[in-house]
Amino acid sequence: MANEQMNGSEILLKCLVDQDVTEIFGYPGGAVLPIYDAIFNQNALRHILVRQEAGAVHAAEGYARSTGKVGVVLVTSGPGATNVVTGLTDALMDSIPIVCLTGQVPTHLIGNDAFQEADTTGITRPCTKHNYLVKTVDDLARTVHEAFHVARSGRPGPVVVDLPKDVVQAPGVYTPPNKVKLKRYNPQVKGDLKAIKQAVELLAQAKKPVFYCGGGVINSGPAASQLLTQFVRLTGYPCTLTLMGLGAYPASDPQFLGMLGMHGTYEANLAMHDCDVMICVGARFDDRITGKLDEFSPGSKKIHIDIDPSSINKNVRVDVPIIGDVAHVLEDMIKIWKSEQAKPDQKALKAWWKQIDEWRAKDCLKYTQKGDVIKPQYAIQRLYEATKNLEDVFITTEVGQHQMWAAQFYGFEEPNRWMTSGGLGTMGYGLPAAMGVQVAHPDALVIDIAGEASILMNIQEMSTVAQYRLPVKIFILNNEYMGMVRQWQELLYEGRYAESYMESLPDFVKLAESFGAVGLRAEKPGDVDGLIKEMLAIDKAVIADVMIDKTENCFPMIPAGAAHHEMLLGPGDEAEKPTSEDGMVLV
Amino acid sequence: MTPKSEIENSHTIAVLVDNEPGVLARVIGLFAGRGYNIESLTVAEVAAGENLSRITIVTSGTPMIIEQIKAQLDRLVPVHKVSDLTMDGPAVERELALVKVASSGDKRVESLRIADIFRARVLDSTNDSFVFEIVGDTGKLNAFIELMEPLGLVDVSRTGVVAIARGTGAL
Repeated sequence: MANEQMNGSEILLKCLVDQDVTEIFGYPGGAVLPIYDAIFNQNALRHILVRQEAGAVHAAEGYARSTGKVGVVLVTSGPGATNVVTGLTDALMDSIPIVCLTGQVPTHLIGNDAFQEADTTGITRPCTKHNYLVKTVDDLARTVHEAFHVARSGRPGPVVVDLPKDVVQAPGVYTPPNKVKLKRYNPQVKGDLKAIKQAVELLAQAKKPVFYCGGGVINSGPAASQLLTQFVRLTGYPCTLTLMGLGAYPASDPQFLGMLGMHGTYEANLAMHDCDVMICVGARFDDRITGKLDEFSPGSKKIHIDIDPSSINKNVRVDVPIIGDVAHVLEDMIKIWKSEQAKPDQKALKAWWKQIDEWRAKDCLKYTQKGDVIKPQYAIQRLYEATKNLEDVFITTEVGQHQMWAAQFYGFEEPNRWMTSGGLGTMGYGLPAAMGVQVAHPDALVIDIAGEASILMNIQEMSTVAQYRLPVKIFILNNEYMGMVRQWQELLYEGRYAESYMESLPDFVKLAESFGAVGLRAEKPGDVDGLIKEMLAIDKAVIADVMIDKTENCFPMIPAGAAHHEMLLGPGDEAEKPTSEDGMVLV
Repeated sequence: MTPKSEIENSHTIAVLVDNEPGVLARVIGLFAGRGYNIESLTVAEVAAGENLSRITIVTSGTPMIIEQIKAQLDRLVPVHKVSDLTMDGPAVERELALVKVASSGDKRVESLRIADIFRARVLDSTNDSFVFEIVGDTGKLNAFIELMEPLGLVDVSRTGVVAIARGTGAL
């Protein structure tokens, strides 16, 4: 079988099958017609036809993040390839394993400004982990197998394989994965034991420790989350998660402080600011987390576990760097913690928890639901109450206020349940991502918590939702504004709401109906529970249009350029603390 | 006084890469995209059988930036090895320049005399010009070019720095 002559397209599909791919997201075009013809002639791979290529990448991201598998995208040359750039950048920033196959004009036309030609490897070089142009069919199988290896190993990321039309038409020979020598790119997964020992000693002596954990825990696999939970409980220390890390530690656990960062909780950010030992597990000291860098956690010793050496000492200098895979390192850490019989200073720890409880008592997420207007926080809280005991629930979001409220008010007990665009902040992410999740988990409840502005960015994917009868639930918090833009304009630009009002919105109920989905609307607080109940009972796609308070702002908030302890807790805080000049240039 | 962590130093970094299309663009793109300096860059195949090329980059930055540059280079897929020759023990560095001087009379004689002091070779000569070849570290080349300036310097072509560690160790 291995020596049988096939054409490039058949070789490509065989590669995918041998890489355990079962679904691919794509859109056909001239340069990939041979590949689509091969897809037509087989049953092992299911192709999901999106309505715009950007949707294909986000769908593959949702698929990858909810399964831990590599998401696969197939698009044509030229505009097909340029349309995936946003999704690739999104996947790069959030470390999501994607293999994106792009068509290309035949090799003899490359560089000729041929029809639908774009310099795809040139354009995607900075927004992929790696990319390839396959110049002969002899290199095809090896390249595709290496692409999967690169996408999923180390810090995961997107990989592009550019496929000229003549290459996928040419006859060639298939090489299975076990016959391909992967000579390069073998990232270190085991941490240095000396450093791990040093970290354990530091942790054991801590008086005010904090765990600060991120998406790296989730990327390391479900075992990493279990090990993290085990270790945090073993120590009795507080734990906070980044936006990307939600679900890595159970939200209902008393040692969980909530999310940290710009819109994180008061207790999480103050614990970060005041701690004496910080252990960062699979997070990257991003600017949304640190706030003003030179005032970030000034008195702490810092331990940093990351599989990517370039994440270490990038923004914040750390005392004990540990390069390795989170699960491997945590396993060793727990072993050493136990064998050394580490005994934290219980008195100091008690005082630390007392301090944290005082911060918690501020109840920084409090809001009041009164009157006739639905508070967005209330809507999400009711959604959470209605779904938290259900078996299989996945939440995706778009980007903006609703995303932060979802992160604050929806509790995640497990990893791989929460898909949001963290690093790039891509509006229009949530609907296609929800499609990808639903494709991977046909029987699960998949909800896209959306804003009315974001959802319109990839609304065409409703057609995909209809075609594959994906029962995704789109829960729109509709304030008729680009809410986060409006919020910043209110806080920083004296209420000059330039272009942030969403004029001429569609009737989302009718829009849903036009795509064969069900549209629901809630306008009063009393409608919310009924709407959620109805939405959950419907066995097809739903757009729920929840009309919320148009002027509600997302708090707490660390203004750009401010430090953790300079957090704004609510509207009353605004006037006293003007944002610095330095802060204004940040976004 | 500037704290030690803020001082920008020049570093010579050697990078062993797969000789494949786009590898140089990847390295240059990394420097451009992240705002690092490139003072000089040279590249050529060094092991044809293994298809390996060696890139020598002279860059400058604070210790934290230099550490980032090395880590960022090291995570590129075609990169096999990154070595900071400035940090990892003594190294020798050389650069070659071709320097064209067009002049006559005393200036012409003087340029030839200085070339002799610097052990520069004459590669080409016409009645009104010389092309000198000079090899040395960057400082020596700079000094030579500066001296040629008033003597009719018209064109300079430099290779950029190549470097290698002293002793038995290899990249």
